[in-house]
Amino acid sequence: MAAEVRPALKRSDEERQIEEGAEVILPVSEDEGIETEELILNMGPQHPSTHGVLRLVLRLSGEKVVQCVPVMGYLHRGLEKIFEWRTYHQGIRYADQSDYVSNMLNEHAYAGAMEAIGGIDVPRRAEFIRVIVDEMSRCASHLVWLGTYGLDVGATTPMLYCFRDREEILDLFEELCGSRMNFNYFRPGGVLYDLPPGWLAKLSRFLDRYEKHIEDDYVRLLESNEIFLERTVGVGEIPPDVAVAYGLSGPIARGSGVEVDLRTARPYSIYPELTAMKPVIERQGDAYARYRVRVGEMRLAIRLIRECIDKLPGGAVRARLGHVWKCPKGEAYYTVEGAKGEVGIYMISNGGPNPFRAKMRGPSFVNLQILPWLLKDRLVSDAVAIMGSLDFVLGEVDR
Amino acid sequence: MAFDEKVPAKPIDFEHDVIQKRPETTQTGLGRPGALSPTPGILADEDNAVFTTLAKLVDWARSRSPWPLGYGLACCAIEMMASAASHHDLSRFGAEVFRSSPRQADVMIVAGTVTHKMAPRLRRLYEQMPEPKWVIAMGNCASSGGEFWDSYATLQGVDTVVPVDVYVAGCPPRPEALTEGVLRLREKIARGG
Repeated sequence: MAAEVRPALKRSDEERQIEEGAEVILPVSEDEGIETEELILNMGPQHPSTHGVLRLVLRLSGEKVVQCVPVMGYLHRGLEKIFEWRTYHQGIRYADQSDYVSNMLNEHAYAGAMEAIGGIDVPRRAEFIRVIVDEMSRCASHLVWLGTYGLDVGATTPMLYCFRDREEILDLFEELCGSRMNFNYFRPGGVLYDLPPGWLAKLSRFLDRYEKHIEDDYVRLLESNEIFLERTVGVGEIPPDVAVAYGLSGPIARGSGVEVDLRTARPYSIYPELTAMKPVIERQGDAYARYRVRVGEMRLAIRLIRECIDKLPGGAVRARLGHVWKCPKGEAYYTVEGAKGEVGIYMISNGGPNPFRAKMRGPSFVNLQILPWLLKDRLVSDAVAIMGSLDFVLGEVDR
Repeated sequence: MAFDEKVPAKPIDFEHDVIQKRPETTQTGLGRPGALSPTPGILADEDNAVFTTLAKLVDWARSRSPWPLGYGLACCAIEMMASAASHHDLSRFGAEVFRSSPRQADVMIVAGTVTHKMAPRLRRLYEQMPEPKWVIAMGNCASSGGEFWDSYATLQGVDTVVPVDVYVAGCPPRPEALTEGVLRLREKIARGG
Protein backbone atom coordinates (compact mmCIF):
# COMPACT_ATOMS: atom_id res chain seq x y z
CA MET A 1 0.00 0.00 0.00
CA ALA A 2 1.36 3.34 -0.95
CA ALA A 3 2.05 5.67 1.90
CA GLU A 4 -0.43 8.45 2.19
CA VAL A 5 1.11 11.82 1.46
CA ARG A 6 0.01 14.53 3.79
CA PRO A 7 -1.09 17.66 1.97
CA ALA A 8 1.30 19.88 3.91
CA LEU A 9 4.29 17.94 2.59
CA LYS A 10 3.30 18.20 -1.07
CA ARG A 11 4.83 21.00 -3.00
CA SER A 12 3.06 21.97 -6.14
CA ASP A 13 4.87 22.59 -9.41
CA GLU A 14 3.77 26.18 -9.27
CA GLU A 15 5.35 26.71 -5.85
CA ARG A 16 8.57 25.17 -7.07
CA GLN A 17 8.57 27.48 -10.09
CA ILE A 18 8.03 30.51 -7.88
CA GLU A 19 10.84 29.43 -5.57
CA GLU A 20 13.30 28.91 -8.39
CA GLY A 21 12.33 32.15 -10.06
CA ALA A 22 11.39 30.33 -13.25
CA GLU A 23 8.99 31.82 -15.74
CA VAL A 24 5.63 31.96 -14.04
CA ILE A 25 2.70 33.37 -15.94
CA LEU A 26 1.00 35.69 -13.54
CA PRO A 27 -2.71 36.29 -13.90
CA VAL A 28 -4.21 39.73 -14.16
CA SER A 29 -6.80 40.30 -11.47
CA GLU A 30 -9.38 42.98 -11.15
CA ASP A 31 -9.54 44.48 -7.71
CA GLU A 32 -11.97 47.31 -6.91
CA GLY A 33 -12.31 48.11 -10.57
CA ILE A 34 -8.56 48.52 -11.11
CA GLU A 35 -6.77 46.05 -13.27
CA THR A 36 -3.73 44.76 -11.36
CA GLU A 37 -1.02 42.51 -12.58
CA GLU A 38 0.26 40.14 -9.98
CA LEU A 39 3.79 40.65 -8.76
CA ILE A 40 6.36 38.37 -7.24
CA LEU A 41 8.25 39.92 -4.35
CA ASN A 42 11.36 38.24 -3.07
CA MET A 43 12.05 38.85 0.61
CA GLY A 44 15.35 37.72 1.99
CA PRO A 45 17.60 35.86 2.61
CA GLN A 46 19.23 39.11 3.63
CA HIS A 47 16.37 41.08 5.11
CA PRO A 48 16.36 42.76 8.52
CA SER A 49 12.90 41.47 9.42
CA THR A 50 13.29 37.81 8.59
CA HIS A 51 15.43 37.36 11.73
CA GLY A 52 18.19 35.50 10.01
CA VAL A 53 18.35 33.98 6.61
CA LEU A 54 14.80 32.98 5.81
CA ARG A 55 13.66 33.72 2.30
CA LEU A 56 10.03 34.38 1.51
CA VAL A 57 8.65 34.58 -1.99
CA LEU A 58 5.41 36.52 -1.89
CA ARG A 59 2.96 36.65 -4.75
CA LEU A 60 1.16 39.95 -4.48
CA SER A 61 -2.00 41.24 -6.03
CA GLY A 62 -1.81 44.94 -5.34
CA GLU A 63 -1.24 45.20 -1.60
CA LYS A 64 -2.57 41.75 -0.87
CA VAL A 65 -0.51 38.61 -0.46
CA VAL A 66 -1.96 35.87 -2.66
CA GLN A 67 0.59 33.24 -1.89
CA CYS A 68 3.65 32.89 0.29
CA VAL A 69 6.37 30.34 -0.35
CA PRO A 70 8.99 30.11 2.40
CA VAL A 71 12.40 28.92 1.25
CA MET A 72 14.60 27.49 3.97
CA GLY A 73 17.96 25.84 4.30
CA TYR A 74 20.27 28.86 4.15
CA LEU A 75 21.57 27.95 7.60
CA HIS A 76 21.49 24.18 7.30
CA ARG A 77 24.67 23.11 9.05
CA GLY A 78 23.99 19.39 9.31
CA LEU A 79 23.63 19.39 13.09
CA GLU A 80 21.86 16.05 13.26
CA LYS A 81 24.61 14.37 11.26
CA ILE A 82 27.25 16.00 13.44
CA PHE A 83 25.52 14.55 16.53
CA GLU A 84 26.23 11.11 15.07
CA TRP A 85 29.91 11.90 14.56
CA ARG A 86 30.56 13.28 18.02
CA THR A 87 30.58 11.55 21.38
CA TYR A 88 27.69 12.08 23.75
CA HIS A 89 29.47 14.77 25.70
CA GLN A 90 30.63 16.63 22.63
CA GLY A 91 27.10 16.67 21.25
CA ILE A 92 25.90 18.94 24.04
CA ARG A 93 27.99 21.72 22.60
CA TYR A 94 26.29 21.31 19.23
CA ALA A 95 22.82 21.24 20.75
CA ASP A 96 23.59 24.79 21.85
CA GLN A 97 23.86 25.90 18.27
CA SER A 98 20.36 24.93 17.30
CA ASP A 99 18.31 27.63 19.01
CA TYR A 100 21.11 30.06 19.67
CA VAL A 101 18.96 32.53 21.56
CA SER A 102 17.94 30.15 24.36
CA ASN A 103 20.81 27.69 24.42
CA MET A 104 20.29 26.15 27.85
CA LEU A 105 16.92 24.70 26.88
CA ASN A 106 18.39 22.72 23.98
CA GLU A 107 21.09 21.39 26.23
CA HIS A 108 18.44 20.31 28.70
CA ALA A 109 16.66 18.31 26.01
CA TYR A 110 19.89 16.70 24.84
CA ALA A 111 21.10 15.82 28.33
CA GLY A 112 17.61 14.64 29.26
CA ALA A 113 17.52 12.21 26.35
CA MET A 114 20.82 10.71 27.45
CA GLU A 115 19.55 10.38 30.99
CA ALA A 116 16.35 8.74 29.79
CA ILE A 117 18.30 6.10 27.86
CA GLY A 118 20.88 5.51 30.57
CA GLY A 119 18.41 5.66 33.46
CA ILE A 120 20.55 8.19 35.29
CA ASP A 121 19.22 9.85 38.42
CA VAL A 122 19.95 13.55 38.57
CA PRO A 123 20.79 14.99 42.01
CA ARG A 124 18.12 17.29 43.36
CA ARG A 125 20.38 20.31 43.54
CA ALA A 126 21.26 19.87 39.89
CA GLU A 127 17.58 19.79 38.94
CA PHE A 128 17.00 23.07 40.73
CA ILE A 129 20.01 24.66 39.06
CA ARG A 130 18.74 23.39 35.73
CA VAL A 131 15.36 25.01 36.23
CA ILE A 132 17.02 28.29 37.26
CA VAL A 133 19.22 28.45 34.17
CA ASP A 134 16.37 27.26 31.92
CA GLU A 135 14.14 30.08 33.05
CA MET A 136 16.95 32.60 32.74
CA SER A 137 17.56 31.39 29.22
CA ARG A 138 13.86 31.69 28.44
CA CYS A 139 13.96 35.28 29.66
CA ALA A 140 16.99 35.99 27.49
CA SER A 141 15.18 34.60 24.47
CA HIS A 142 11.99 36.54 25.12
CA LEU A 143 14.01 39.72 25.66
CA VAL A 144 15.65 39.35 22.26
CA TRP A 145 12.23 38.71 20.75
CA LEU A 146 10.68 41.71 22.44
CA GLY A 147 13.46 44.01 21.29
CA THR A 148 13.52 42.85 17.70
CA TYR A 149 9.74 42.74 17.45
CA GLY A 150 9.69 46.33 18.60
CA LEU A 151 12.06 47.11 15.76
CA ASP A 152 9.85 45.21 13.32
CA VAL A 153 6.76 47.22 14.11
CA GLY A 154 8.58 50.54 14.35
CA ALA A 155 9.59 51.01 17.99
CA THR A 156 13.34 51.39 18.38
CA THR A 157 13.59 52.06 22.10
CA PRO A 158 12.53 48.65 23.54
CA MET A 159 15.53 46.99 21.94
CA LEU A 160 17.97 49.16 23.86
CA TYR A 161 16.19 48.39 27.12
CA CYS A 162 15.84 44.67 26.39
CA PHE A 163 19.50 44.21 25.64
CA ARG A 164 20.38 45.97 28.88
CA ASP A 165 18.66 43.23 30.86
CA ARG A 166 19.87 40.49 28.56
CA GLU A 167 23.45 41.60 29.17
CA GLU A 168 22.94 41.13 32.88
CA ILE A 169 21.60 37.61 32.32
CA LEU A 170 24.56 36.80 30.08
CA ASP A 171 26.98 38.19 32.67
CA LEU A 172 25.49 35.81 35.24
CA PHE A 173 25.81 32.93 32.78
CA GLU A 174 29.38 33.87 32.09
CA GLU A 175 30.18 33.74 35.76
CA LEU A 176 28.49 30.36 35.97
CA CYS A 177 30.06 28.56 33.02
CA GLY A 178 32.53 30.86 31.37
CA SER A 179 30.69 31.64 28.17
CA ARG A 180 28.12 34.18 27.17
CA MET A 181 26.18 32.21 24.62
CA ASN A 182 27.27 28.68 23.80
CA PHE A 183 27.43 27.39 27.33
CA ASN A 184 28.19 23.66 27.28
CA TYR A 185 26.89 23.55 30.84
CA PHE A 186 24.60 20.53 31.04
CA ARG A 187 26.00 17.06 31.54
CA PRO A 188 24.29 13.69 31.64
CA GLY A 189 23.37 13.40 35.30
CA GLY A 190 23.59 17.03 36.30
CA VAL A 191 25.42 20.19 35.41
CA LEU A 192 29.09 20.97 35.00
CA TYR A 193 29.76 23.36 37.87
CA ASP A 194 28.10 24.29 41.10
CA LEU A 195 26.97 27.88 41.56
CA PRO A 196 29.85 30.26 42.32
CA PRO A 197 29.79 31.95 45.74
CA GLY A 198 27.58 35.01 45.81
CA TRP A 199 25.91 34.14 42.52
CA LEU A 200 22.45 33.60 43.98
CA ALA A 201 22.54 36.95 45.75
CA LYS A 202 23.49 38.63 42.49
CA LEU A 203 20.70 36.78 40.72
CA SER A 204 18.04 37.81 43.18
CA ARG A 205 19.20 41.42 43.09
CA PHE A 206 18.97 41.26 39.31
CA LEU A 207 15.48 39.76 39.50
CA ASP A 208 14.27 42.69 41.62
CA ARG A 209 15.56 45.17 39.05
CA TYR A 210 14.30 43.10 36.14
CA GLU A 211 10.81 42.79 37.60
CA LYS A 212 10.61 46.55 37.87
CA HIS A 213 11.94 46.97 34.34
CA ILE A 214 9.23 44.73 32.89
CA GLU A 215 6.45 46.85 34.34
CA ASP A 216 8.13 50.24 34.03
CA ASP A 217 9.82 49.93 30.69
CA TYR A 218 8.57 47.20 28.42
CA VAL A 219 4.91 47.13 29.28
CA ARG A 220 4.63 50.89 29.58
CA LEU A 221 6.57 51.53 26.38
CA LEU A 222 4.66 49.07 24.26
CA GLU A 223 1.17 48.77 25.69
CA SER A 224 0.66 52.51 25.73
CA ASN A 225 2.05 52.85 22.24
CA GLU A 226 -0.74 53.49 19.77
CA ILE A 227 1.28 52.30 16.79
CA PHE A 228 2.23 49.04 18.48
CA LEU A 229 -1.40 48.32 19.37
CA GLU A 230 -2.61 49.20 15.88
CA ARG A 231 -0.12 46.87 14.30
CA THR A 232 -0.62 43.89 16.61
CA VAL A 233 -4.19 43.77 17.91
CA GLY A 234 -6.28 41.60 15.63
CA VAL A 235 -3.36 40.89 13.31
CA GLY A 236 -2.46 37.31 12.42
CA GLU A 237 -5.21 35.54 14.31
CA ILE A 238 -4.80 31.80 14.73
CA PRO A 239 -7.91 29.92 15.91
CA PRO A 240 -7.21 27.16 18.45
CA ASP A 241 -8.26 24.33 16.13
CA VAL A 242 -5.88 25.56 13.41
CA ALA A 243 -3.10 25.85 15.97
CA VAL A 244 -3.62 22.23 16.96
CA ALA A 245 -3.92 21.07 13.35
CA TYR A 246 -0.59 22.68 12.46
CA GLY A 247 1.10 21.22 15.52
CA LEU A 248 2.04 24.58 17.00
CA SER A 249 3.48 24.70 20.47
CA GLY A 250 4.88 27.20 22.90
CA PRO A 251 3.74 30.80 23.25
CA ILE A 252 2.01 30.73 19.84
CA ALA A 253 -0.28 27.87 20.82
CA ARG A 254 -0.87 29.35 24.27
CA GLY A 255 -1.69 32.69 22.71
CA SER A 256 -4.46 30.94 20.80
CA GLY A 257 -5.92 29.44 23.95
CA VAL A 258 -4.50 25.94 23.55
CA GLU A 259 -3.52 24.88 27.03
CA VAL A 260 -0.32 23.09 26.19
CA ASP A 261 2.69 23.77 28.35
CA LEU A 262 5.04 20.83 28.64
CA ARG A 263 6.13 21.98 32.07
CA THR A 264 2.71 20.94 33.35
CA ALA A 265 1.32 18.79 30.53
CA ARG A 266 4.33 16.46 30.29
CA PRO A 267 6.18 17.32 33.49
CA TYR A 268 9.92 16.97 33.65
CA SER A 269 12.64 17.95 36.10
CA ILE A 270 11.17 19.51 39.26
CA TYR A 271 8.44 21.57 37.65
CA PRO A 272 5.59 19.58 39.28
CA GLU A 273 6.93 20.59 42.71
CA LEU A 274 6.93 24.30 41.99
CA THR A 275 3.76 25.99 43.17
CA ALA A 276 4.37 29.08 41.04
CA MET A 277 4.14 27.06 37.83
CA LYS A 278 0.91 28.09 36.15
CA PRO A 279 0.84 28.26 32.35
CA VAL A 280 0.20 31.66 30.80
CA ILE A 281 -2.78 31.38 28.47
CA GLU A 282 -4.34 34.06 26.28
CA ARG A 283 -7.45 33.49 24.19
CA GLN A 284 -7.40 36.04 21.37
CA GLY A 285 -4.85 34.31 19.17
CA ASP A 286 -3.50 37.47 17.53
CA ALA A 287 0.00 38.93 17.58
CA TYR A 288 -0.87 40.98 20.65
CA ALA A 289 -1.91 37.85 22.55
CA ARG A 290 1.40 36.23 21.70
CA TYR A 291 3.17 39.32 23.02
CA ARG A 292 1.11 39.08 26.22
CA VAL A 293 2.01 35.41 26.65
CA ARG A 294 5.72 36.12 26.30
CA VAL A 295 5.66 39.00 28.75
CA GLY A 296 3.62 36.80 31.10
CA GLU A 297 6.26 34.09 30.78
CA MET A 298 8.97 36.54 31.74
CA ARG A 299 7.02 37.34 34.92
CA LEU A 300 6.40 33.62 35.49
CA ALA A 301 10.12 32.91 35.09
CA ILE A 302 10.90 35.42 37.83
CA ARG A 303 8.46 33.70 40.19
CA LEU A 304 9.86 30.26 39.31
CA ILE A 305 13.48 31.31 39.83
CA ARG A 306 12.61 32.91 43.17
CA GLU A 307 10.89 29.73 44.33
CA CYS A 308 13.87 27.66 43.21
CA ILE A 309 16.26 29.92 45.11
CA ASP A 310 14.12 29.52 48.24
CA LYS A 311 13.92 25.75 47.99
CA LEU A 312 17.44 25.11 46.67
CA PRO A 313 18.84 22.04 48.47
CA GLY A 314 22.50 21.25 49.06
CA GLY A 315 24.44 18.30 47.77
CA ALA A 316 26.17 17.24 44.60
CA VAL A 317 25.41 18.79 41.23
CA ARG A 318 26.45 15.84 39.11
CA ALA A 319 25.76 12.12 39.33
CA ARG A 320 28.86 9.95 39.54
CA LEU A 321 29.03 8.13 36.24
CA GLY A 322 32.60 6.94 36.32
CA HIS A 323 35.45 8.16 34.24
CA VAL A 324 34.31 6.69 30.94
CA TRP A 325 30.58 6.63 30.66
CA LYS A 326 29.00 4.56 27.95
CA CYS A 327 25.40 5.03 27.00
CA PRO A 328 23.56 1.69 27.03
CA LYS A 329 21.50 0.48 24.12
CA GLY A 330 18.10 2.04 23.84
CA GLU A 331 16.14 4.95 22.53
CA ALA A 332 14.27 7.83 24.07
CA TYR A 333 12.38 10.97 23.20
CA TYR A 334 12.82 13.74 25.71
CA THR A 335 10.98 17.04 25.48
CA VAL A 336 11.52 20.35 27.14
CA GLU A 337 9.29 23.39 26.98
CA GLY A 338 11.59 25.69 25.11
CA ALA A 339 11.25 29.40 24.59
CA LYS A 340 9.62 28.76 21.22
CA GLY A 341 7.76 25.55 21.97
CA GLU A 342 8.42 21.87 22.28
CA VAL A 343 12.15 21.17 22.02
CA GLY A 344 12.56 17.44 21.65
CA ILE A 345 15.47 15.10 21.09
CA TYR A 346 14.83 11.61 19.82
CA MET A 347 17.99 9.69 20.50
CA ILE A 348 18.88 6.14 19.55
CA SER A 349 21.92 4.53 21.11
CA ASN A 350 23.45 1.26 19.97
CA GLY A 351 25.94 1.10 22.79
CA GLY A 352 28.74 2.81 20.91
CA PRO A 353 30.58 5.97 21.84
CA ASN A 354 28.38 8.14 19.61
CA PRO A 355 24.61 8.34 19.30
CA PHE A 356 23.34 6.21 16.45
CA ARG A 357 20.82 8.92 15.66
CA ALA A 358 19.78 12.12 17.36
CA LYS A 359 16.76 13.76 15.78
CA MET A 360 15.94 17.21 16.96
CA ARG A 361 12.43 18.55 16.95
CA GLY A 362 12.86 22.25 16.55
CA PRO A 363 9.73 24.16 17.54
CA SER A 364 10.55 27.03 15.18
CA PHE A 365 10.50 24.69 12.20
CA VAL A 366 7.05 23.38 13.08
CA ASN A 367 5.74 26.83 13.98
CA LEU A 368 6.99 28.31 10.74
CA GLN A 369 4.73 26.13 8.61
CA ILE A 370 1.68 28.18 9.56
CA LEU A 371 3.19 31.28 7.92
CA PRO A 372 1.75 30.69 4.39
CA TRP A 373 -1.67 30.10 5.94
CA LEU A 374 -1.39 33.27 8.03
CA LEU A 375 -0.13 35.53 5.25
CA LYS A 376 -2.71 34.48 2.69
CA ASP A 377 -5.04 37.38 1.79
CA ARG A 378 -3.27 39.66 4.23
CA LEU A 379 -1.78 43.04 3.46
CA VAL A 380 1.89 42.95 2.64
CA SER A 381 2.53 45.57 5.31
CA ASP A 382 1.25 43.12 7.94
CA ALA A 383 3.64 40.42 6.75
CA VAL A 384 6.51 41.61 8.92
CA ALA A 385 4.31 42.11 11.98
CA ILE A 386 2.91 38.58 11.61
CA MET A 387 6.24 36.99 10.87
CA GLY A 388 7.91 38.65 13.84
CA SER A 389 5.17 37.54 16.21
CA LEU A 390 5.88 33.89 15.39
CA ASP A 391 9.38 34.23 16.90
CA PHE A 392 11.36 31.70 14.96
CA VAL A 393 15.11 31.27 15.00
CA LEU A 394 16.62 30.14 11.76
CA GLY A 395 19.28 28.05 13.44
CA GLU A 396 16.50 25.85 14.73
CA VAL A 397 14.48 25.88 11.53
CA ASP A 398 17.33 24.69 9.34
CA ARG A 399 19.49 23.01 12.00
CA MET B 1 48.91 86.76 53.29
CA ALA B 2 45.94 87.85 55.37
CA PHE B 3 42.53 86.70 54.25
CA ASP B 4 41.25 90.22 53.47
CA GLU B 5 44.29 91.11 51.43
CA LYS B 6 43.60 91.40 47.72
CA VAL B 7 45.43 89.27 45.27
CA PRO B 8 47.41 91.57 43.04
CA ALA B 9 45.95 91.60 39.55
CA LYS B 10 48.06 89.82 37.01
CA PRO B 11 48.37 91.46 33.62
CA ILE B 12 46.70 89.41 30.94
CA ASP B 13 49.16 87.66 28.75
CA PHE B 14 47.39 87.43 25.40
CA GLU B 15 49.56 84.61 24.04
CA HIS B 16 49.31 82.54 27.19
CA ASP B 17 45.80 83.08 28.56
CA VAL B 18 43.53 83.91 25.65
CA ILE B 19 44.59 81.57 22.86
CA GLN B 20 43.46 78.10 23.89
CA LYS B 21 46.14 75.76 22.75
CA ARG B 22 44.94 72.44 21.46
CA PRO B 23 46.19 69.67 23.70
CA GLU B 24 48.44 67.19 22.07
CA THR B 25 46.47 64.10 21.22
CA THR B 26 47.42 60.56 20.50
CA GLN B 27 44.31 59.85 18.44
CA THR B 28 44.93 58.18 15.15
CA GLY B 29 46.09 60.74 12.66
CA LEU B 30 46.14 63.78 14.89
CA GLY B 31 49.31 63.41 16.91
CA ARG B 32 52.76 64.84 16.49
CA PRO B 33 54.80 63.02 13.93
CA GLY B 34 56.77 60.54 15.91
CA ALA B 35 56.97 57.03 17.21
CA LEU B 36 53.60 57.28 18.98
CA SER B 37 51.72 58.53 15.96
CA PRO B 38 50.05 55.64 14.12
CA THR B 39 49.77 57.53 10.84
CA PRO B 40 53.04 59.31 10.19
CA GLY B 41 51.76 61.06 7.10
CA ILE B 42 49.37 63.30 8.98
CA LEU B 43 50.64 65.76 11.50
CA ALA B 44 48.97 68.42 13.56
CA ASP B 45 50.99 71.48 14.32
CA GLU B 46 50.50 73.46 17.47
CA ASP B 47 48.45 76.16 15.82
CA ASN B 48 45.95 73.62 14.44
CA ALA B 49 47.19 73.55 10.89
CA VAL B 50 47.19 70.11 9.41
CA PHE B 51 49.47 69.27 6.54
CA THR B 52 48.74 66.08 4.70
CA THR B 53 47.95 64.65 1.33
CA LEU B 54 44.37 64.50 0.23
CA ALA B 55 44.46 60.72 -0.06
CA LYS B 56 45.53 60.36 3.54
CA LEU B 57 42.89 62.76 4.73
CA VAL B 58 40.23 60.81 2.84
CA ASP B 59 41.47 57.55 4.33
CA TRP B 60 41.38 59.04 7.80
CA ALA B 61 37.86 60.37 7.27
CA ARG B 62 36.68 57.03 5.94
CA SER B 63 38.04 55.18 8.93
CA ARG B 64 35.89 57.18 11.33
CA SER B 65 32.52 55.73 10.37
CA PRO B 66 32.54 52.34 8.71
CA TRP B 67 28.86 51.52 8.31
CA PRO B 68 28.23 47.79 8.48
CA LEU B 69 25.75 45.82 6.45
CA GLY B 70 22.96 44.57 8.71
CA TYR B 71 23.42 40.99 7.90
CA GLY B 72 23.15 38.28 10.53
CA LEU B 73 23.62 34.65 9.72
CA ALA B 74 23.68 32.68 12.95
CA CYS B 75 24.62 32.89 16.62
CA CYS B 76 27.18 35.65 16.09
CA ALA B 77 24.40 37.90 14.82
CA ILE B 78 22.96 38.04 18.33
CA GLU B 79 26.33 39.15 19.69
CA MET B 80 26.57 41.65 16.84
CA MET B 81 23.20 43.05 17.91
CA ALA B 82 24.39 43.09 21.51
CA SER B 83 27.49 45.06 20.58
CA ALA B 84 25.37 47.62 18.77
CA ALA B 85 22.85 47.83 21.62
CA SER B 86 22.94 49.85 24.79
CA HIS B 87 25.55 48.11 26.92
CA HIS B 88 28.46 47.85 24.49
CA ASP B 89 27.41 50.71 22.23
CA LEU B 90 29.39 50.33 19.03
CA SER B 91 28.36 53.85 18.04
CA ARG B 92 31.27 55.14 20.12
CA PHE B 93 33.36 54.07 17.16
CA GLY B 94 30.99 55.16 14.44
CA ALA B 95 30.01 51.69 13.34
CA GLU B 96 26.49 51.34 14.70
CA VAL B 97 24.49 52.32 11.62
CA PHE B 98 23.51 48.91 10.32
CA ARG B 99 22.34 49.47 6.77
CA SER B 100 19.80 47.07 5.37
CA SER B 101 20.89 47.68 1.81
CA PRO B 102 24.35 46.63 0.63
CA ARG B 103 24.48 49.74 -1.55
CA GLN B 104 24.83 51.94 1.54
CA ALA B 105 27.28 49.82 3.50
CA ASP B 106 31.05 50.00 3.84
CA VAL B 107 31.78 46.93 5.94
CA MET B 108 30.29 43.49 5.72
CA ILE B 109 30.38 41.74 9.08
CA VAL B 110 29.94 38.06 8.25
CA ALA B 111 28.36 37.02 11.53
CA GLY B 112 27.85 33.31 11.57
CA THR B 113 28.13 30.07 9.68
CA VAL B 114 28.13 30.38 5.91
CA THR B 115 26.54 27.40 4.25
CA HIS B 116 26.97 26.25 0.69
CA LYS B 117 23.48 27.47 -0.09
CA MET B 118 24.21 30.91 1.36
CA ALA B 119 27.66 31.41 -0.20
CA PRO B 120 26.49 32.62 -3.66
CA ARG B 121 24.12 35.10 -1.99
CA LEU B 122 26.94 36.33 0.23
CA ARG B 123 29.14 36.84 -2.79
CA ARG B 124 26.36 38.72 -4.55
CA LEU B 125 25.83 40.98 -1.54
CA TYR B 126 29.56 41.68 -1.49
CA GLU B 127 29.51 42.61 -5.15
CA GLN B 128 26.55 44.92 -4.58
CA MET B 129 28.47 46.94 -2.00
CA PRO B 130 30.12 50.07 -3.40
CA GLU B 131 33.91 50.48 -3.35
CA PRO B 132 35.78 50.84 -1.10
CA LYS B 133 34.53 47.93 0.96
CA TRP B 134 35.85 45.78 3.76
CA VAL B 135 34.92 42.46 5.29
CA ILE B 136 35.12 41.35 8.91
CA ALA B 137 34.86 37.60 9.46
CA MET B 138 33.20 37.36 12.85
CA GLY B 139 33.55 34.13 14.76
CA ASN B 140 35.23 30.83 14.17
CA CYS B 141 32.70 29.58 11.62
CA ALA B 142 33.23 32.53 9.31
CA SER B 143 36.99 32.57 9.88
CA SER B 144 37.87 28.95 9.33
CA GLY B 145 34.83 26.72 9.53
CA GLY B 146 35.19 26.49 13.30
CA GLU B 147 33.33 23.72 15.00
CA PHE B 148 31.61 22.78 11.76
CA TRP B 149 34.94 21.75 10.29
CA ASP B 150 33.58 18.41 9.13
CA SER B 151 30.05 19.39 8.24
CA TYR B 152 28.87 18.56 4.74
CA ALA B 153 26.88 21.76 4.40
CA THR B 154 29.10 24.61 5.53
CA LEU B 155 31.83 26.69 3.97
CA GLN B 156 35.25 26.30 5.58
CA GLY B 157 35.91 29.96 6.11
CA VAL B 158 34.33 32.87 4.31
CA ASP B 159 37.68 33.86 2.79
CA THR B 160 37.08 31.20 0.17
CA VAL B 161 34.33 33.44 -1.22
CA VAL B 162 35.18 37.06 -0.39
CA PRO B 163 38.46 38.75 0.66
CA VAL B 164 38.57 39.22 4.42
CA ASP B 165 40.30 42.13 6.15
CA VAL B 166 39.87 41.32 9.83
CA TYR B 167 39.27 37.97 11.50
CA VAL B 168 37.64 37.96 14.93
CA ALA B 169 38.05 34.74 16.87
CA GLY B 170 35.55 33.33 19.35
CA CYS B 171 32.44 31.23 19.37
CA PRO B 172 30.71 33.60 19.38
CA PRO B 173 33.15 36.48 19.94
CA ARG B 174 32.27 38.73 22.82
CA PRO B 175 31.00 42.19 21.86
CA GLU B 176 34.30 43.55 23.10
CA ALA B 177 36.09 41.33 20.61
CA LEU B 178 33.95 42.62 17.76
CA THR B 179 34.62 46.18 18.90
CA GLU B 180 38.33 45.39 18.83
CA GLY B 181 37.88 44.03 15.31
CA VAL B 182 36.18 47.24 14.22
CA LEU B 183 39.01 49.28 15.77
CA ARG B 184 41.61 47.21 13.96
CA LEU B 185 39.70 47.77 10.75
CA ARG B 186 39.70 51.51 11.42
CA GLU B 187 43.46 51.42 11.78
CA LYS B 188 43.72 49.52 8.55
CA ILE B 189 41.48 51.94 6.68
CA ALA B 190 43.41 54.92 8.07
CA ARG B 191 46.61 53.41 6.76
CA GLY B 192 45.04 53.30 3.36
CA GLY B 193 44.01 49.62 3.35
